Amino acid sequence: MMDNNGLKIGSYTLTSRLIVGTGKYTSLELMRDCHAASGSNCVTVAVRRERLVDKTSGRNILDFIDPEKYILLPNTAGCFTAEEVVRVARLGREMLTDSGFRGADWVKLECLGDTRTLLPEPVGTLQALKTLVADGFQVLVYCSDDVMLCKRLQDEGAAAIMPAGSPIGSGQGVLNPNAIRIILEQLKEKNPDYPVIVDAGVGTASDVSLAMELGVDGVLLNTAIAGAKAPLQMAKAMGLATQSGRLAFEAGRIPRKLYATASSPWEGRINA
Amino acid sequence: MLSHVFYGKINPMEVVVNGQIKQVVDGISVQELLDQFQIKPIRVAVERNREIVTRKKFSATRLTAGDQIEIVTFVGGG
Repeated sequence: MMDNNGLKIGSYTLTSRLIVGTGKYTSLELMRDCHAASGSNCVTVAVRRERLVDKTSGRNILDFIDPEKYILLPNTAGCFTAEEVVRVARLGREMLTDSGFRGADWVKLECLGDTRTLLPEPVGTLQALKTLVADGFQVLVYCSDDVMLCKRLQDEGAAAIMPAGSPIGSGQGVLNPNAIRIILEQLKEKNPDYPVIVDAGVGTASDVSLAMELGVDGVLLNTAIAGAKAPLQMAKAMGLATQSGRLAFEAGRIPRKLYATASSPWEGRINA
Repeated sequence: MLSHVFYGKINPMEVVVNGQIKQVVDGISVQELLDQFQIKPIRVAVERNREIVTRKKFSATRLTAGDQIEIVTFVGGG
């Protein structure tokens, strides 16, 4: 059985619960192939200054992303204040407007605290969210796994909440599953379909499965694929882990017990 | 096309493009600036003094001395 129900975030419906990044690939061809292998149909992109000289033979990352297949999710990576976030979000929207790509009216809000931890800065994040929502954006908010902050962001109109599993690119996985559980319970109380996505920190397939088994609606990752020894193979693993984790969550795991319960019948043993 | 005029010495002025001081011909349009750097308009967004210039207005928007221009594109990210 396949997990076919997709993931609705704002006005977009994703066919896969895995959102993948476009950074750190050794080539654009490898990135394109990894996207295909992951099964994702939503990819994040960053906004940066265009090079005025030495442009790599005119190759642009968008030339390696099929607009029919993928929805673009522009991020505000590298921003440290609400003002920067809003500016970058608007530039991303402008670039996608009348570009042939979907994704102009949503954004992954990322407002960082410092360059060493790359952890989200909560006050700037909240301020930026308010401005972007007022400006008509559907905002997916990268944030810490603080349930009170997450609730506040939800109340301020975030289209999705995306708590970090662990620091960006760290590969530590979901460090505090109980925090994610609490976020899920509290944010889905009024609306069971409210999207909660683990963003950042996953290192391998089991990290993704674990996150999905907790009941999150999706996982967003980049480095875990792009930085793997065999990125193409890892991309496939991540796609499968997303699916299997979701299926297991929906299937409902057995409760944990301290002692054993026999699988074979007790009656009829020849030594009874 | 005015682009050939750009290479001449006719009324040059200074603007700041992506943080770099550039000499351009007086009254150059955003579209002509992009042409100069061989940048495809479809793949970029442009700010002039912190205000977005929409793609439709690239040709009609003319720069003045001291303008701060940002030309951005999408790159890989997570």
